[in-house]
Amino acid sequence: METKNVMIVGVGGQGSLLASKLLGRMLLEEGYDVKVSEVHGMSQRGGSVVTYVRYGDRVSSPIIDKGEADFIVSFELLEAARWMEYLKPGGQIVTSTQQIDPMPVVTGAAQYPEDLVAKMKAAGAKVDALDCLELAKQAGSSKAVNLVLMGRLSHYFGMDDAVWQKAIEASVPPKFLELNKKAFELGKNA
Amino acid sequence: MKQLMLGNAAAARGLWEAGCCVVSSYPGTPSTEITEEAAKYDEIYAEWAPNEKVAMETAFGASLAGKRSFCGMKHVGLNVAADPLFTVSYTGVNAGMVIAVADDAGMHSSQNEQDSRHYARSAKIPMLEPSDSAEALAFAKKAYELSEQFDVPVFLKMCTRIAHSQSIVDTGERVEAPAKPYVKTISKYVMTPANAIKRHPVVEERTRKLVEFAETTDLNRIENGPDHKIGIITSSTSYQYVKEVCGDKVPILKLGMIWPLPEKKIVDFARSVETLVVVEELDGFIETHVRELGLSCKGKEAFPLLGEFSQNLIAEKLGMEKHEGKALDEALPGRPPVMCAGCPHRGLFYTLAKNKCTVLGDIGCYTLGAAPPLNAIEMTLCMGASVSATHGFNKALGKESEGRTVAVIGDSTFMHSGMTGLANIAYNQSNSTVIIVDNSITGMTGHQQNPTTGYNIKGDPAGKIDLESLVRAMGIRRVRVVDPYNLAECDAAVKEELAAEEPSVIISRRPCALLKYVKHKAPLKTDPQKCIGCKSCMRIGCPAISMKDGKARVDDTLCVGCGICTQLCPKDAFESTGKEE
Repeated sequence: METKNVMIVGVGGQGSLLASKLLGRMLLEEGYDVKVSEVHGMSQRGGSVVTYVRYGDRVSSPIIDKGEADFIVSFELLEAARWMEYLKPGGQIVTSTQQIDPMPVVTGAAQYPEDLVAKMKAAGAKVDALDCLELAKQAGSSKAVNLVLMGRLSHYFGMDDAVWQKAIEASVPPKFLELNKKAFELGKNA
Repeated sequence: MKQLMLGNAAAARGLWEAGCCVVSSYPGTPSTEITEEAAKYDEIYAEWAPNEKVAMETAFGASLAGKRSFCGMKHVGLNVAADPLFTVSYTGVNAGMVIAVADDAGMHSSQNEQDSRHYARSAKIPMLEPSDSAEALAFAKKAYELSEQFDVPVFLKMCTRIAHSQSIVDTGERVEAPAKPYVKTISKYVMTPANAIKRHPVVEERTRKLVEFAETTDLNRIENGPDHKIGIITSSTSYQYVKEVCGDKVPILKLGMIWPLPEKKIVDFARSVETLVVVEELDGFIETHVRELGLSCKGKEAFPLLGEFSQNLIAEKLGMEKHEGKALDEALPGRPPVMCAGCPHRGLFYTLAKNKCTVLGDIGCYTLGAAPPLNAIEMTLCMGASVSATHGFNKALGKESEGRTVAVIGDSTFMHSGMTGLANIAYNQSNSTVIIVDNSITGMTGHQQNPTTGYNIKGDPAGKIDLESLVRAMGIRRVRVVDPYNLAECDAAVKEELAAEEPSVIISRRPCALLKYVKHKAPLKTDPQKCIGCKSCMRIGCPAISMKDGKARVDDTLCVGCGICTQLCPKDAFESTGKEE
């Protein structure tokens, strides 16, 4: 099987590591070769962050390059737009509509771009945008955005629901299992 | 058992399986997790040392005593540890000693992009370079074998993409290392000139034997391919990019041992292909050796000296098809890292900017005080340089700068190498003001304990160095502690200590807002009736505050209620949401 590529992007501190942990575990369990590449250190402090998840028969490079991502899963709208160049032709973006102003916008040096979903679609990307923060809050915690996104991703991912459920159970502390499962369902059925 | 493991965690697993007993390191991205993971194994004594030199000397002491030992650091940390490094090459080891050094091509979290491989050559210490997690584990184990076989510490050279990528490893069990009782051997371990002069030929002879070893070890392997038009010598993450692009079509000499190099193997490989290509990130380290062997190759004239590589870059440079994506055709605002909402450093930097201080900074989260809108820091060089450079700045300019120049250094960085700079201030009497931003943790690298926090690497109670007493003991009489959430208090302290006619230390103390034990107040909100849109609150660069329709607005998912903005608002527009955590 040709290597498949999933990028998880967002703003440092949004908790993308749980999503990549869940995906990595699930894909390993399914028998794929897997590589997951993360960002630690300074960039995590509210900067633009990206995690690469790659799987297939044999994965060499730990990173995903421009024009290679089958999926871009984004915690924040501007970040989806920023990393769009990494999407392969025909690839799918799944993004939260949450907007977090970057410092140049906070200081007034730049404007937060408008109509990003429409612009990405106009540029030829397939975009599924939903208010993941609201759905996460419905599930019981604003921190469950990652599971809402995973639920939405599961639509396109071609993996049985049982496989996802097993991965969630293996990745989430028992105390938060119900909440996270609910977030996954809300994302899936949104 | 097969599992997905971070490169650094796999290296730690390798240490454990090899019977390593003592680990001492100073945190530094991207090396930190090796030691954090090693500390999770009961059989390993692991610690955070105050700096890399101390860590390496501790590891050496343990090796001398007969236990397999380890120290880990980032590339610039090896500069700090270079002093013991060059001489431990002469003494050699007793039990195996492994030194991990992690480079940061692309400078994800570093102040330079130095290539640590040069240290292997100049200190004459062998270096293994894994290209994924499985190799990180295997090479860590192999490094101990080589260390004991050749009587030399061995480098395990990591880089960001190997250290911070997870790939599949097959773990094994721990095997206790053979006993190596300590034997008093003055001629080997006391490096006076008379003894060292006899050790130097041993070092050169050892290198000769290591070259022989490099020729035959399976650490360096040739992967044959049908197309001999080009042949590629590569290692580390570059090897993975090459495999991604070329698959099994092109012959590859994959180097797992990066110094010393297998000269005959390289010559034979070069002869088997039409064009030899060397693919390596940063400097042309392998390339230089290849050219010294009289071979011609394609190297740094095609591949960059700067930054990280990727599969598209390799494809382009090899004249192959690369992937392309479609970007939006408008410029998007960047998202640089920022001080977190509630960061205790913010109030201090606001105060320094307001007082138009000349701020010489240091290495840590607080380096972000250089970013807009605070723009407060004017110099950042290396660990500890804020203190020593402020002294030099003031000695050069005298009164002209003494009344406005401050050094800003974190608690962990101060323990690392700020203390010696302060000793210089106390001893050579410059009227300098040093601010220790004490957030009670090593923040930037992800919350490691240090000698001032009172806890060890496992989170258990440990010795606690009292900063005030330490600074006073050095002879600094003016020492005061401020709360950086209190702007008036900060302002008074900065004004008074800069005005004082003697050295002073201000300790700006409040724990990092991200620490789990820190209790936050309820997030704030603004009253749009009161807010006049004057943007006074925007001057602190808080990511939780933005302007919407001419009024300040607080993001309650980010705000931790630190209240610095409320102290700046002329109209009392900020109020609590009352929603405690």
